[in-house]
Amino acid sequence: MRDVIRVYKKNKLAVFGFFVISIIIVVAILADVISPYRYDEIDLLSFLQPPSIKHPFGTDSIGRDLMTRIIYGARTSLIVGFSVQFIAVGIGVPLGLLAGFYGGRVDYWISRLVEVMTAFPSLLFAIFLMVWLGNGLLNIIIALGVTSWVGICRVTRAKTLEIKSETFVEAAEALGASNSYILFKTIFPNIVRPIIVMIGLGIPQAIFGEASLSFLGFGISDPMPSWGKMIQESLGYLQGYWYIGFFPTLSLAITVLCFNFVADGLRDALDPRMYGRRV
Amino acid sequence: MIGYIIRRILGLVIVIFLASLITFFLMHAIPGGPFDELKMPLPAEVKAQILKKYGLDKPVWEQYIRYIWRALHGDFGVPFQSPTETVTSLIARVWPVTLQIGAITIVLSFTIGILLGILSALRQNTWIDYLVTTIATLGTTVPNFVIAIWLMLIFSVTLRWLPTGGWGEPKHLVLPVLSYFLAPTAVIARFVKVNFLEELRKDYVRTARAKGLPERTVIFKHVFRNALVPIITLLGPMIPDLATGSVFIEVTFRVPGLGKFFYTSAFNRDYPMIVAMILLIAVLWGITYLVTDIIYAFIDPRITFT
Repeated sequence: MRDVIRVYKKNKLAVFGFFVISIIIVVAILADVISPYRYDEIDLLSFLQPPSIKHPFGTDSIGRDLMTRIIYGARTSLIVGFSVQFIAVGIGVPLGLLAGFYGGRVDYWISRLVEVMTAFPSLLFAIFLMVWLGNGLLNIIIALGVTSWVGICRVTRAKTLEIKSETFVEAAEALGASNSYILFKTIFPNIVRPIIVMIGLGIPQAIFGEASLSFLGFGISDPMPSWGKMIQESLGYLQGYWYIGFFPTLSLAITVLCFNFVADGLRDALDPRMYGRRV
Repeated sequence: MIGYIIRRILGLVIVIFLASLITFFLMHAIPGGPFDELKMPLPAEVKAQILKKYGLDKPVWEQYIRYIWRALHGDFGVPFQSPTETVTSLIARVWPVTLQIGAITIVLSFTIGILLGILSALRQNTWIDYLVTTIATLGTTVPNFVIAIWLMLIFSVTLRWLPTGGWGEPKHLVLPVLSYFLAPTAVIARFVKVNFLEELRKDYVRTARAKGLPERTVIFKHVFRNALVPIITLLGPMIPDLATGSVFIEVTFRVPGLGKFFYTSAFNRDYPMIVAMILLIAVLWGITYLVTDIIYAFIDPRITFT
């Protein structure tokens, strides 16, 4: 563990990313306390205001304070980012373990399922699911979760296959250990690290996915703020009201970038042998 | 070889059939249709007439069989959003728009991506390498609609050089292509760099240098060829992506291409358009993967078919 922290600290960008994300998380948790207004507070008399002391990031077309909405947007992004990974791990890890451990017919069908999922652009699939489920935070999490477990499943399967042939697993088998003992006590502890790395890579992708869906109007429903939706709303006002589009895009870009820095650092620290990330 | 190709084509047909089956039934499982009370308040008789006209009063499986039968004859039905034309003619009308952007993007991102990749491999750990790495990180992590908005703020709002959207003149192409090509360029540059560095460390390069060949010959005659062949594997998956268009770019810049129509179709529950587009995407993916595999085997004799 000390080694992990030491290697992680060597990566300056990863440390920076961790620092920024910690701030974002604190801001998102304390949103109710620190935001100057309510996120759905409409003030029709002060619409499209430029940044000022009263409204540091300005106001939108119906007079809602943009800084407040960005703070709450961070909350939406983080909730989606983490919950989607929760679902992805819940589906991907058991399937990967089963496929890698039992092989044969189980592996065949799980691998076919993975193939079908990769053959289809995952965002289009998510759009479909959103059309089907309807807008809303929970539905976004479901749609993105159902479409993003494939990477985790693949890594889990590959690692399980790799570790299954190690001598200590063979030794456990020779001693007559049960399948569940081998799976959970000998194999699972060895795949935790690569799974953490995959979660690290998955969080920014889920945040990206939520922003994309909301941008297209298949996402978070009003009045709840989401950066993707704010960017979409800004499209008609860019000419003349730059701040409406600038601050949400900047927040989204910084968050996604910093999560990626952290993921890179985690990968170097936890799993030095895992090269070639998904791009 | 021939047997392998035939088997792959059969597999492709099955995948496309499955894709059509799944999308067709999924679309019909969605509550709400294009002729809902809220969207179009119509008298019951008129509604029944319309449903009959489009065959929506039949059971789903029958609708599906009729659909496949017609689709095999090139008839994908009539788009609900534009009932005066057919799906085939609508796609034929809007696809060239997307293909135009896609083609320019592919050419640009490959030339610039390869150049940047080679440069950063040859000048490792200099400012140029760091610049390329930064662009690559931005291009692969930041969503393209965010980049699109930044470009719009710079070039349309502040400098007033280019329009914020629209279609028809060459100036309308610039911003969509710019915001679109960053991500593939970044992927290509990174890929080329890694390949080039790997190739440079190989024995034949040392031999070539030891023979006293000029560095230029070593790089361009020897390393270049070996390092660039694997790029074909990148080109494959990129083609269907660029040919079907990024929904985001087309929505942001109001480009009337396939991506934008995918968006309006999903929004308006335009079943015929959605199913046709999904099939189009599935076919494109299948064909490009197949062709890539075959080309790759021709270029690299070490790969054999089983």
